[in-house]
Amino acid sequence: MSKPFTPKVVTANALLEGDVIYQTATGWTRELAEAEVLTDEADADLRLIDAAQQIDVVVGVYLADVDTSGPTPKPTHFREDFRAKGPSNYAHGKQEAASHV
Amino acid sequence: MYNYTDFDTAFIKERNAQFRSQVERRIDGSLTEDEFKPLRLMNGLYLQLHAYMLRVAIPYGTLNSRQMHVLADIADKWDKGYGHFTTRQNIQYNWPKLRDVPDMLDALGEVQMHAIQTSGNTIRNVTADHFAGAAADEIADPRPVAELIRQWSTDHPEFQFLPRKFKVAVTGSPNDRAVTKAHDIGLRMVERDGVAGFEVIVGGGLGRTPMIGKVLRDFLPREDLLPYLEAIVSVYNLLGRRDNKYKARIKITVHENGLEDIRARVEERYALIRPQFTGVDQQLLAGIEADFAAPKFKTKSLAAFEGAYTNDPVFRSWADTNLNDHRAPGYAIVSISLKAHGATPGDASSDQMRVMADLAKQYGHDELRISHEQNVILPHVHKSDLPALHAALKEAKLATANIGLISDIIACPGMDYCALATARSIPIAQEIATRFDELKLEHDVGPLKIKISGCINACGHHHVGHIGILGLDRAGVENYQITLGGDGTEDASIGERAGPGFSADEIIPAVERLVLAYLDLRAEPAETFLQTYRRLGLAPFKAALYPEAQANAA
Repeated sequence: MSKPFTPKVVTANALLEGDVIYQTATGWTRELAEAEVLTDEADADLRLIDAAQQIDVVVGVYLADVDTSGPTPKPTHFREDFRAKGPSNYAHGKQEAASHV
Repeated sequence: MYNYTDFDTAFIKERNAQFRSQVERRIDGSLTEDEFKPLRLMNGLYLQLHAYMLRVAIPYGTLNSRQMHVLADIADKWDKGYGHFTTRQNIQYNWPKLRDVPDMLDALGEVQMHAIQTSGNTIRNVTADHFAGAAADEIADPRPVAELIRQWSTDHPEFQFLPRKFKVAVTGSPNDRAVTKAHDIGLRMVERDGVAGFEVIVGGGLGRTPMIGKVLRDFLPREDLLPYLEAIVSVYNLLGRRDNKYKARIKITVHENGLEDIRARVEERYALIRPQFTGVDQQLLAGIEADFAAPKFKTKSLAAFEGAYTNDPVFRSWADTNLNDHRAPGYAIVSISLKAHGATPGDASSDQMRVMADLAKQYGHDELRISHEQNVILPHVHKSDLPALHAALKEAKLATANIGLISDIIACPGMDYCALATARSIPIAQEIATRFDELKLEHDVGPLKIKISGCINACGHHHVGHIGILGLDRAGVENYQITLGGDGTEDASIGERAGPGFSADEIIPAVERLVLAYLDLRAEPAETFLQTYRRLGLAPFKAALYPEAQANAA
């Protein structure tokens, strides 16, 4: 039996800025909290194909696992946690943008 | 220093124009990422975890004040006001935007710099001893030869699609500061019967399969260098494995085919192509050598230096750790530490870059070097200028007196930036440095090289660290393995794995236990960590690292 499908989001880097983005139902967002959570495997595969075709917008699309036990999706692996936040030696990246809000 | 010829200038300009057009075609969708990626990599542009990263070559680690100023300006204009100096003597910008990169490359071109072949399966930026042209122990300055190799390898039509990347390092000193035995080709200048030549080392490398390079030719006359290099790379280009990325480096080619077989193939190829080298390269080299003529060293009183050394303990401590012997009387080689305790190893702010540039201009014959240990060197400073230089460095928070000590840590960018990393390196380096600063032990501990890599590719040279730390992902948690007894000098050796890894919380106390054990174990204060390790072996250090295992065994 194959492994049960776990919730995922489609993520990539933006072509122009290079930063981390997540797919929404209608486009892309820079916040994981706003990402579209995919709970069906066939649906996730289709959304990934759709994302991969947007070659003039995004680079390196893939499905990343998320934890959906809270109100918004959270990373399950530390790598995705860093991608969602930014580096730990300076308050750069997403954490910098967040502090400007 | 080498000055671009009209040919160089035109070449860089054309190459930058090509890349500008490639970027435009990528943005408008005419090029896919698969098509664009090899093109951007050939021009030093990576896509990392949070952003693009531009890796700029600093050939053999040498630059002048004007170039350092432009590096600072680029950091301010197109990045976040700092740059990261790497173990390959390069500088990396961590936050460029794709549209800006062609402008960054043009700005670099204005001061004879570029990012060509800082990535991709080509011959990479040639590295050299960072004390080149200044060291007291040097046979000759290795940089003219390094520049000749750069010219030969740049855009070399035969070597643009090698099985894998290819790194060459050159040293002109018997004391190897360029880690030549951990390169695809390492060149060590030697003399035989009054004739200048090279010992040619091949097949060294770190990464997932660390290997110490082997001597392919113990003496190669100087004028035969380029044809011999071309023969080696040519043999590798045909024989190197393209079926498996992890077996594609020349170290595996040498390992699988044997040194004798490689030597025979290289000699055969060499005999074939040697006549094609008619001596033009040697004429070029003579011109390059003139560019690298030593500065006009001055003679001045040493009273100011001696006064400060006697009366100012802070200056004395800095002078004792951060200076090396210069070949000219009255001069010193100054290492500026980019390892302030708790800071990111190898990072310099744009302001710090400008301070270093201005100090190089004022006191250092307008020369700076980047070391593979991620520090900045002023190679030619008269000792009488050292007190003023030190005061200015202090002002810019650049006077940390820790060169070669436990807090002078090499760390790769790790998972804070790198898409390949399996764990973070920078915070571990920051915490170790901060901890030993609190303990006030590092001067007592003496020479100790800690090197940290955030993945098996070993950009942080952990295999040749006296204490090496390798960050891995173990079941979704960062885990750090320790290796001991590595050495990157002429006595190069690969560190030995000490045992099971440690969590991020456990690794700093583990390193502390190791170092305290060394203080107990050393025969005398002058015996370094590495000497003690070589005398006693792994066992006593392992006991200090894993006290529970000892207790259980008892």
